[in-house]
Parts: sequence; structure tokens; C-alpha cells
Amino acid sequence: MNSFSLAIAVLLISSGYFFLGTRALTANRAAGARLHSLPHYYGLFAGLMAALPALALLTVLAIGDDIVFNQLALGFVPDAVKAGETYKEVIVLAQISNVVNGINFGEQPDWVYEAAEAWAGWQATSTTLKTITALALSLLGGLFAYRMLNPSFRSRNAVERILMTVLAASSAIAILTTVGIVFSVIFESLRFFALVPVSEFLFGLTWNPQFEGAERAGSGQMGLATYGSVPLFAGTLLISVVALSVSVPVGLFSAIYLSEYASPRVRAVVKPLMELLAGVPTVVYGFFAALTVAPFIRSTGMSLGLDVASESALAAGLVMGIMIIPFVSSLSDDVINAVPQALRDAAYGLGSTRSETVRQVVLPAALPGIVAAILLAVSRAVGETMIVVMAAGLAANLSLNPLDAVTTVTSQIVTILVGDQEFESAKTLSAFALALTLIVITLGLNFIALQVVKKYREQYD
Amino acid sequence: MDTQVMNIIEQTANLEHANIPDETVGDVYVDRPRMTARNVNVFYGDKKAIDNVTLDIAEKQVISFIGPSGCGKSTFLRCLNRMNDTIDICRIEGEIAMDGKNIYAPDVDVVPLRARVGMVFQKPNPFPKSIYDNVAYGPRIHGIATNRAELDDIVESSLERAGLWNEVKDRLLQPGTGLSGGQQQRLCIARTIAVSPEVILMDEPCSALDPIATARIEELIAELSSEFTIVIVTHSMQQAARVSQRTAYFHLGKLVEVGDTEMVFTKPQHEMTNNYITGRFG
Repeated sequence: MNSFSLAIAVLLISSGYFFLGTRALTANRAAGARLHSLPHYYGLFAGLMAALPALALLTVLAIGDDIVFNQLALGFVPDAVKAGETYKEVIVLAQISNVVNGINFGEQPDWVYEAAEAWAGWQATSTTLKTITALALSLLGGLFAYRMLNPSFRSRNAVERILMTVLAASSAIAILTTVGIVFSVIFESLRFFALVPVSEFLFGLTWNPQFEGAERAGSGQMGLATYGSVPLFAGTLLISVVALSVSVPVGLFSAIYLSEYASPRVRAVVKPLMELLAGVPTVVYGFFAALTVAPFIRSTGMSLGLDVASESALAAGLVMGIMIIPFVSSLSDDVINAVPQALRDAAYGLGSTRSETVRQVVLPAALPGIVAAILLAVSRAVGETMIVVMAAGLAANLSLNPLDAVTTVTSQIVTILVGDQEFESAKTLSAFALALTLIVITLGLNFIALQVVKKYREQYD
Repeated sequence: MDTQVMNIIEQTANLEHANIPDETVGDVYVDRPRMTARNVNVFYGDKKAIDNVTLDIAEKQVISFIGPSGCGKSTFLRCLNRMNDTIDICRIEGEIAMDGKNIYAPDVDVVPLRARVGMVFQKPNPFPKSIYDNVAYGPRIHGIATNRAELDDIVESSLERAGLWNEVKDRLLQPGTGLSGGQQQRLCIARTIAVSPEVILMDEPCSALDPIATARIEELIAELSSEFTIVIVTHSMQQAARVSQRTAYFHLGKLVEVGDTEMVFTKPQHEMTNNYITGRFG
């Protein structure tokens, strides 16, 4: 049986135990016994005990068997091949699994076929083992729990404990995934830093990733790759600042208008319209920026006698700012609405005008939430990719002039990793180093902001 | 619309079935009125919440509004400093005047009006600011103090008159929300009197407080009545009897009876008042 039908079978067994348990205790109650919990808790206990251990085992086996097979398969590789200069475990394993899956690229050495045959055998064994153990565990677990059931068994408490464990496991999965992502980025980055010194990466002022020794286009010279990330972070910073200086005031002011000034009827129309902005795919914003805003800025700049690049940071930043407005306004609106009406009444009762009430009472009380909204906007701006890829250009200029073309960390990561790349090169690995730095910066920002919020928050309840 | 307003509207009973005479029993007029209401009707949408109320509020006296839930006493109170302006669907007819000037006249600005008619709310609602800033808020927005020393004086004297100075003088910069419920309510009273209002409206100021804190506030009301005209809405008839000189009994949006507190509680002239104060309904 494959894993999916096994899981179904386990669930069937478990619901069987649920009905058995519930029925048995209902019968007990009918016979006059005093139950500790309601009958369905007894059924739930038996059912959960039948389902959870078996499902957990299935998950572990499904992840674990490939790892074991890989190790076993490597045993088939002749020492002569292993000693070869071009030997790579990944490639050998790919050869074997291709054969197992019936994908053949030409003739393979004999040992590959042997390994593949053995592999298929292990798979069959593993499937049988999985079927037997999962079903047995489910039946036994359910039976064990079912035998424990009696009217004085505290099944409600037991079910609560099991549910708590399941919930905790769910949050653990979210956390572990994040940790996993961070570690995979860290390991790739370490490989990059083995090739390129950290100091060059962090403080270098030129970003020019080339294949080592490749010829620079048109230069006729052998160019050297340089990995100074400062221009990328400067570009990200520049575009984010432009975007935030659009989205924070506009978003915040519209939130204040919607929550404090607008009549319910206006609000009912305007709020969904603003949130519509959030539904526009970023790629649409991207060509809006590249095809409409950037040429407009360029022609306006030209008529003013300014030298504007056709792909300017200003264009990308402005459009990104528009994209972020709904995030700022929607979140700020929520926190402003959460400020108790009693505080507004108090301010009005003392003779404050609307704007005084907003400035001196509502906004200070909503500040932590507003800072959180702005932070979210920052991380959107820093992480936004599509708009900058399309509108900001790829020239890694170190410039703080918003009329220049700049590039960002995210758009460089995209250009580096798109297409067929040699995975071991410093160029490809630099994407991970960039990602790692981005993660560290975002974490740092979050931390600082949390401290700021903690210090300045005006607690109203 | 916030829930508090919804509650007010919910509680406001439909007046069409009210079997109450149009005439208010007792003395609606006084010799030296500070505020006067003449034939006031209040509507929430098409629901009538206050029906033809005429009442004088006397200078430097405490008047209490009593009556069962939803009788309109809070609504009427909120009309006296136009707090109902913040409710979109609320409409007011008739005339409410202060010192002879209709406060609903088009040329009247609510900002100075609310400085003259202060309000203390049911639940203590200090701003999430320091104790000092809470009291200084009103003087600051009205530009009452010209320098820091003057502001310090106002804060100190307001807290003193609210009977809170000795408890908070060493922690003026700590948040007002850190005080106990009774202290918070006295802080709100200090905040209100810091702008030197002439009338103070109190909307069940003790309903969220324990008996000891309530007793403190009641003492305070007695002290303040020498300086201010005070209108208090209360659910507690004992409180009305203790703190007020006049009492007005509202029922289903109408003012049924008004008179000296002693008279209203000992010799009520209207049967409904009698039923209410003897606990037969409400």
C-alpha cells in the first residue's frame, strides 16, 4: 500500500475505535455508572491513540527511507569510481534513481544497474514494512487505549493533553521550517565566504559578479569578478526609502481619515477599494512602473533639465510605495479602531477638536500598532522583487540619487539564480550570502522596532 | 459606531406606548438657572429618545438624574455639552441654553462650550499618558497656562481639589492608567476641573468603583458643589439622596418629576416616581 492509502486506513481504524469507545461508555452510563467525562471523550481518546502514533511513524518513515537507501546505494559504487577526481555523490545517486524510475540516458556502468535493482527491492520491502508497522501500531494503540477505558478514567483531561501536544507540534513545524531555511542559507553562504572574503563582500564598493575568468562583454579583457555588496544594499535602501516616504504618510493619513472622519457610508466604499490595491499582482505593478511611471519621470525630468535614467530608483520606489499603501492603511486602520471610544470621549469632553484628539490621544495610543504596520511595510519594501526587477534596472551603481538607475539585493538574487547556472561558482553562491545578509538586517530591524515600541507604548488597558 | 452608542440606542425604549402625562410634575424652573432646557426632543434615527423635556439647572448646585435603564437620562446629559454631536444619527430639537445663550445656535463653537461644560464618564478613562499630562491636557489644548510654572500650579491645584494630590505627588510622571479605579476616576475629575469649567456633567461616575472609592467621590462631589454646577446621572437612589440638592426622575424619555431631593424621596408627587423610589420597578 502506498503512504496515502495507508493514512486513510489508519484514519478508518481510528474512527472505528472512536465509535467503539463512545458506544461502550454510553452503554456504561445507561447502566448507571458515573462517568468522569462525556462519552465522546472516551471515544476520542481511543481514536486519537489509534491515529496519532501510526501517522507520526508513517511521516518519519516517508522522510527517513530515502536517507537510508542513499547510504546503502553508495555501497555499490566501486572504489575506483570513488577515487576518481570528478566523483560526486549527488550525481551518482541521481544516476541510480534515474534508472529506478525508468529514465535512461544512454548506457550506464553495470554497478549502477545492480544498485538500481537493489534499490527497487528495498523499496518493496520498505513499503511492506510500512504497511505492517503502521497498521499494527494503529490497531495496537487503539486497543491499548480502548482497554484503559473505564468510567473513572479521566479521558477529558487525557484528550486535552493530546490536543495540546498536537498544537505544540504544529507551531514547532513552523519554527523548524524557519530555522531550516536560515541554516540552508547559512551553509551555502559559508561556501561562498570560503571563496570570497567576508570583508570584500560586506565593504566592497563594486558589484560585478562574473564567471571566474570570463571575458567581460565587449571589453576584450579578462575581467575579475568583484563581490562588493554595498551598492546593492544602498540601492535597496534608496528604493525602500522612496517607497516608504510614499506609503507611510499616504497610508497612515488615509487610515486616519477612514477611521476618524469618514462617515460609515464613505468608509464602506473606500476601504474595500483601497484593499483592492493589495490584490493587484506585483508583476502588474512592475510593468506599470516600467512602462508608465519611469518614462513619465524621465520626460518630466528632461523637461526640467535633469538627467534621469530610463530605469530610475524613483519610478520603482514610487510604484512600490503605492503597492504598500494598503498594508499600511489597513493595519493602521485596525489599530486606530481598537483605541477605546472612551479615550476619544474624554478628549472631546475636554473640548478637543478632532485633529487634537487624533494627534494627542488616538495616535499615541495606537502607536505600537502603527509602528508594527510600518515595519511590515519596510519588510515588504526590502523583500519586494518583481517591481524592482522590472523597473529599477540591474546596474549596480553606488548612488543615493533617486534619479539614477540602481539595483537591489532581491533583483540581483533573481538575476543570479535565473537560468542554467553552474552551482558551485562564487557567482551563484553569492545569492545565498546576499539572502543571509538580508535576513540578518530584517531581524535587526525587527528587534530595534520591538524595543522602540516597548519603550514608547502608551498602554491603555 | 461604537458599542457604547449602540447600547444607548438599544436601551432607548420606543416611546409610542409610553403612558406618561406630558406635564412634568414639580418645579422645573429655578430662580438662578445656569442652564435651561426648553421642550427638548432627541431622536436616534427615527427613534425618539427624549420627549419634550423642560428643565432648569441651578447655579452651584448638584442635580441628579435618576430613572430606570434606557429612560434617556444619559442621553439628556450628553445633550448638555453636545457630546451627542459625535453620533451621526442623533438629532436634537428644542433649545438648551447656557446663561441665556442657545448652545445649539449655529454660531456656537463646541470647543469652548465643552471647556465650560466638562464631563466625567461612567468608566474611568484616563489617557495613556502620565498623571501630569492627563491633568495638563485640557489647559494645554485651550492655552490656559502661559508657562510651565503656571501649568504646574494648575495641575497641583486640580489634583488637590480632586483629593488626589497627596497620593500621586511623588509619581506625577507615572502613567495614569497605573492608578486604582477610584484614583483613576478622581484623576479624570481633576482633568475636568483643570480647565475651570462652570458645569460638570457626571455620567454614573461611581458605577465602576468599589464602595470605599465611591464614598470618596461622593465627598468630592459635595466639596466641588461650592464651586461648580454639577449634573450627575446615577443608578443609585441612595447616592442621589446623599449628593444632590435636586433630583429629576426620567421615565421612557420623559421627565416625570423634578424637585428638591428631599421632597422627591420623601413625598413624591407622581405615582411613577413613588413606584420607582420604593423599588416597585426599575
